[in-house]
Amino acid sequence: MCLQESLSNVYYVSSKTINKLIQVHDRIFCCIAGSLADAQAVTKAAKFQISFHSIQMESPPLVKAAASVLKELCYNNKEELQAGFITAGWDRKKGPQVYTVALGGMLLSQPFTIGGSGSTYIYGYADAKYKPDMSKEECLQFATNALALAMGRDNVSGGVAHLVVITEEGVEHVVIPGDKLPKFHNE
Amino acid sequence: MSSIGTGYDLSASTFSPDGRVFQVEYAMKAVENSSTAIGIRCKDGVVFGVEKLVLSKLYEQGSNKRIFNVDRHVGMAVAGLLADARSLSEVAREEASNFRSNYGHNIPLKYLSERVAMYVHAYTLYSAVRPFGCSFIFGSYDQDDGPQLYMVDPSGISFGYWGCAIGKAKQAAKTEIEKLQMKDMTCRELVKEVAKIIYIVHDEVKDKAFELELSWVGEVTNGKHELVPKDIRVEAEKYAKDSLEEEDDSDEDNM
Repeated sequence: MCLQESLSNVYYVSSKTINKLIQVHDRIFCCIAGSLADAQAVTKAAKFQISFHSIQMESPPLVKAAASVLKELCYNNKEELQAGFITAGWDRKKGPQVYTVALGGMLLSQPFTIGGSGSTYIYGYADAKYKPDMSKEECLQFATNALALAMGRDNVSGGVAHLVVITEEGVEHVVIPGDKLPKFHNE
Repeated sequence: MSSIGTGYDLSASTFSPDGRVFQVEYAMKAVENSSTAIGIRCKDGVVFGVEKLVLSKLYEQGSNKRIFNVDRHVGMAVAGLLADARSLSEVAREEASNFRSNYGHNIPLKYLSERVAMYVHAYTLYSAVRPFGCSFIFGSYDQDDGPQLYMVDPSGISFGYWGCAIGKAKQAAKTEIEKLQMKDMTCRELVKEVAKIIYIVHDEVKDKAFELELSWVGEVTNGKHELVPKDIRVEAEKYAKDSLEEEDDSDEDNM
């Protein structure tokens, strides 16, 4: 999973180092997009619900369950909220999975997904370069390149690239400052 | 032997001096008055069998069901006060439905039976309500967790089982169930054994006619809980009747 960490309000960029990768459980992370305030509130509630659910089930939660919790929150409060999520992680039943929870509360399982304001610039790249069953290194490269391209073109994206690798064994964080990202011809 | 509560048994909110809640025990007696239901878990599924006593020839065949579908993959066999059981089946259905709505996948049976048990237990705490007078057996099959069998009784506890029986002949049924090697059997083999056990424990003298209600859930039904198809049920009943005759014959020889 990877995110560019910049937060802007209408007139200026408030921060270039916001954490938009929220851990909702040991092996499940959420990328947040849209109104950061809404997203933070929703993930806080979801984190609690998922943690409680996991304790009741006496086993780590399914990624699908975590995504469903977020979806319920988004759908039932769709009038007030403006936040979208990408939930991804690993569980014992189905292994690694990626789910999108869109603005109105749609839940979709996908092999890979992109989101946020900069994503519009990299749909072509992602569709062309994605292949199933990539190795960890190939995946990291794909994600880093995609982010770099998006941050290069989108005026409200930039700052730091934050990647997280989630496996059965554990979670690994990779942080790449903007100037260390791969460079493409437009720079 | 049963003992009289004398004063400590008027409400569920009272303990007796020897630490019993008589109302809950009386509720369990209500279960023992009803006809037998058994559930057995095997290698690839769960089979339920219920001895439905036919009180009148005017009853429509197949009505008065004692086995319910709680969710696509979960079945519930009941014994005791049927009206209580039916309302609890609605509670179980709502639990399963809410779980799927919130978490996006089938409810695990252990969790469902704990939730229903918690609900049943709540009715044993207050004098304003009476405990539920029914026990039930939940069974389900899932690709990853395999077959599961849980029983909930009026006191509000739930346990997992390989085989269990509730109702008037539960002791006799348990004895028969213990003789089976259910962990090595498939559903198809088990259906016949379940039918046989119900036929064995049925008391010809006290209760006259009965209808056998059989249901299963497992690999054979692709994880869907449903009544056993008619031809398989007929075959199972034939096996049961033949086995009983053999035993009768061998008894006569011994005499």
